[in-house]
Amino acid sequence: MIHQMSSNAHSESIVGGDRAWLDRSFAWVLRLIALAAIALLFWMGNVILQSALPAIAKFGATFLTSQDWDVNQLQFGALPYLYGTAVTSAIALLFAVPIGISVAIVTSEPFLPTWVRSPLGFLIELIASIPSVIVGLWGIFVLIPFLKPIQLWLHDQFGWIPLFSTETFGPSMLVAGIILAIMILPTIAALSRDIMTSVPSDLRTASMALGATRWEMIFTILLPASASGIVGAVILGLGRALGETMAVTMVIGNSDLISVSLLDSGNTIPALLANQFPEALDELHVGALMYLALILFALTLIVNILAMIIVKIFGFKY
Amino acid sequence: MTTFFDKQLTKPLPFSRNLFSYGMGTIALLLTGFALLALFSVLFEIFRQGLPGLTWDVFTSLPAPTGEAGVPTGFGNAIQGTVLMVAIATLLSVPLGILTAIYLSEIGKTGAIANTVRFVMSILSAVPSIVVGVFAYAVVVLATLFNYKGFSALAGAFALAVIMLPIVVLSTEEALKLVPRQQRLASAALGANSVQTTFKIVVASALPSITTGVLLAIARVSGETAPLLFTALFSQSWIETLLNPTPSLSVMIYNYSGSPFAAQVQLAWTASLVLLGMVFVTNLLSRFVTRKR
Repeated sequence: MIHQMSSNAHSESIVGGDRAWLDRSFAWVLRLIALAAIALLFWMGNVILQSALPAIAKFGATFLTSQDWDVNQLQFGALPYLYGTAVTSAIALLFAVPIGISVAIVTSEPFLPTWVRSPLGFLIELIASIPSVIVGLWGIFVLIPFLKPIQLWLHDQFGWIPLFSTETFGPSMLVAGIILAIMILPTIAALSRDIMTSVPSDLRTASMALGATRWEMIFTILLPASASGIVGAVILGLGRALGETMAVTMVIGNSDLISVSLLDSGNTIPALLANQFPEALDELHVGALMYLALILFALTLIVNILAMIIVKIFGFKY
Repeated sequence: MTTFFDKQLTKPLPFSRNLFSYGMGTIALLLTGFALLALFSVLFEIFRQGLPGLTWDVFTSLPAPTGEAGVPTGFGNAIQGTVLMVAIATLLSVPLGILTAIYLSEIGKTGAIANTVRFVMSILSAVPSIVVGVFAYAVVVLATLFNYKGFSALAGAFALAVIMLPIVVLSTEEALKLVPRQQRLASAALGANSVQTTFKIVVASALPSITTGVLLAIARVSGETAPLLFTALFSQSWIETLLNPTPSLSVMIYNYSGSPFAAQVQLAWTASLVLLGMVFVTNLLSRFVTRKR
């Protein structure tokens, strides 16, 4: 009510004053700028679509199912990159979800004294501010040598499982997935923690007063109550993983073949864009890359809108 | 009866429930430990590998040609390029971003346009930076600007500006919304028009928090590589014009990371240290700005 009244009073002053034109044009200028900000997204989508048209016209939907990517023959198929993107993102979630939720629980529940907990949260979020190219550099010189014996061991012990069926050179989809996990961890941890701390403490104390231990309370009250927020956080993390470029490019090995083995090198959509765009000259080649960018754009759009919808519809109402 | 209750109250938890508690506690702490380990490993390695190469030459010279020993080597041009492109991106995105945020908090409020802007901005902030790079490539690199067509600092700055815009808009709106409505009313009651109220009262009192948001946006884009790879490209020389391929720290780290020459890999590590320092200092600065008030 109060808000209503004040905005009425405000608009009257706009109509009445000597310099009403100033107020009105100010509002219009701002409105135009806001509309321009909306237009930016459509402009971006349209530009990428237009540049992708040559490739869309030539390959159509077979682009998504073809495995050939031959720059000299001008044959382009996206399947290896779609596959690599899906596999590395899945590995990333596999690692980042349990770790992210653990971090969220450890930093929101009083397991540790506050003077440990708050810097802990800050440190984990610090990972997000490290430029991905630096994480990639670390990946090349630290993570790959560190994981190589582990990958060889996996092949030796579990080589009969198709997922570990090849000997590794070092760079692989597994390494890329792990580095992605590190990069999306802060997103998942920070958002989940925010959700968990907003669950009212009454619920926790009630559960524990009825005799639940802290972990029983976490599993029966805290996690169910914050489930929608956590799912939203995970999906946002997935969105980051799909589009993450540099760190992945540097450790995935950039092979254009589809391999079931996680220990083989692979490629992702962003990694291919990073590698080929600077040298793409032919219109069809640029078009095929734009087509991939369009797919990536659409994918992240869908994923993020999905996250928003989940949080909005299933969000808890306390 | 009392003995029954006493027994109930003092009975220790069954082993399985204790096991669950301690087990889960250990797992959670262990997993958190992994995350910290990764962070410390990255930071430690960058200091260990980057620090030996950190000399004054690094800031003042160009990368030495490979194979030449005893020549001062560095990446002054890449620092120049990063600072230049981030500065242009800031000049492009901050005025637009702040004006858009003013629209959201002062005029549009919860109207249809304002909600659409918020939605579009949060979508835009989630668009992968490489896609923004592709967009800048199509819009700026392929276009002829000032009789020049090709990779340029302007193209790189444009891409960075697109990435900064949503961050600036969303954080500035939060800052403006924190200014109490009474201040706006008091200003209007004293006869100020909406332009005066907005800029002299609302924006002025939210300035520290706006600065925080802008600094965070700057910290975020200073390390961006993907949108610069094929917009600004790279160069081995000093920057003379905005319309030429332009080096940056992040692209340099990427290019030299796979180099067979130890000297170039060393430069990549040292550049990582410098870039990380720039990003962290900007981050800290942003905290300092708001804390002062």
